[in-house]
Amino acid sequence: MKLDFSGLESSAPLYGGSNDLLFDGFSAAPAFDLPVTSNFDEYQKKSVQMVKPAKGTTTLAFIFKDGVMVAADSRASMGGYISSQSVKKIIEINPYMLGTMAGGAADCQFWHRNLGIKCRLHELANKRRISVTGASKLLANILYSYRGMGLSVGTMIAGWDEKGPGLYYVDSEGGRLKGTKFSVGSGSPYAYGVLDSGYRYDMTVDEAAELARRSIYHATFRDGASGGVASVYHVGPNGWTKLSGDDVGELHYSYYPVEPATVEQEMTEAVVA
Amino acid sequence: MECVFGMVGKGFALVVADTSAVNSILVHKSNEDKIMVLDQHKLMGASGEAGDRAQFTEYIQKNVSLYQFRNGIPLTTSAAANFMRNELATALRKNPYQVNIVLAGYEKETGPSLYFIDYIATLHKVDKAAFGYGSYFALSMMDRHYHPDMTVDEAIKLADQCIEEIRSRLVVAPQNFIIKIVDQDGAREHSWRRTTKE
Repeated sequence: MKLDFSGLESSAPLYGGSNDLLFDGFSAAPAFDLPVTSNFDEYQKKSVQMVKPAKGTTTLAFIFKDGVMVAADSRASMGGYISSQSVKKIIEINPYMLGTMAGGAADCQFWHRNLGIKCRLHELANKRRISVTGASKLLANILYSYRGMGLSVGTMIAGWDEKGPGLYYVDSEGGRLKGTKFSVGSGSPYAYGVLDSGYRYDMTVDEAAELARRSIYHATFRDGASGGVASVYHVGPNGWTKLSGDDVGELHYSYYPVEPATVEQEMTEAVVA
Repeated sequence: MECVFGMVGKGFALVVADTSAVNSILVHKSNEDKIMVLDQHKLMGASGEAGDRAQFTEYIQKNVSLYQFRNGIPLTTSAAANFMRNELATALRKNPYQVNIVLAGYEKETGPSLYFIDYIATLHKVDKAAFGYGSYFALSMMDRHYHPDMTVDEAIKLADQCIEEIRSRLVVAPQNFIIKIVDQDGAREHSWRRTTKE
């Protein structure tokens, strides 16, 4: 018996799919056999792996009354191997716009750099800065044209333009969403939990930074593919500033300090007869 | 999964869509408007792949506007539906758009009309249509309770019944729904049915 998750899963890339069967629904739904008898552990592992977001990172951004708060971890992993603990996942497109990186590092870095070039060209051609809406649409259209070719990009474009703070989520499947709160990556479900419960629109910059930092920390605590340093940036009316970059290991001990245990009985030296 | 459905009443047509933007198990947002106002008297409810939905519907909208600019009169609903179908069919064997569309429109001469356009470029002019997992519940509800020339109140009541059924029976039911209506006064948002605020 095969469980059909096609409603939950976004479709697999079109090229390289099953071209002989002409369209059985949108795409061959990822599925695996329900076990009839033993090996329930394997089934559990497989089902969690299937629904977990694939991009090994945690990034988040949200709009509040004083602008946009952007935060990310800094771990790069290749399967079970941690290849780096110090990756810059918040990319500075221009002095008033930031992009976050999730998915393929090369894809994100290249296309954000490319977006920065296009934004600058727009400024020169039109004598005014490009809006966040426009910048995100440029990126979304580029990614859409490469759909199905294996780009892996899950990014958020955050900035402050004439209309105020703006936040867009853009991914390599061609999706583009305008919103006030997003988290992307394998640690995003964990981050969403902390972010959703602590979010208020009228926070101060410090409160918002602490919420962002805490959300990243909790995601790195539970998700193996996230870790390293929690960077927090703020985008205000005059552009972005980096607020903090804290090692999540140290954050752990500052949030949950080790209580000095009361010693009940000290070991005493054995008396040498 | 995404639910879009619609029906024709007396002098109006209704389109209802869920408003969730989902990626695997994550709900990115629950107030995404998937019913695009094509022009003064046309509504297009779309469901399907994230990128395709936005790109295809915007492409159609710009082309419909272009026709109006060039010729001074808007396209009829039937013409818009056939244009959409043609675009889907042309792209089908190379680079298919994975979008399902319910097109509702109103003309003074012919009244309200509803078109069912599939992702493989099927086109049908219908009285009621539905897409998505919600269609399993909405279609039979509409088959049972629909009758021609319903008033707006009756149609909204039927839409509410469908939404209730989807909410109670679909395992991953969307949280919020949006209802849009098109009649002689134009295409506009009618109301929302929310369970969550954002």
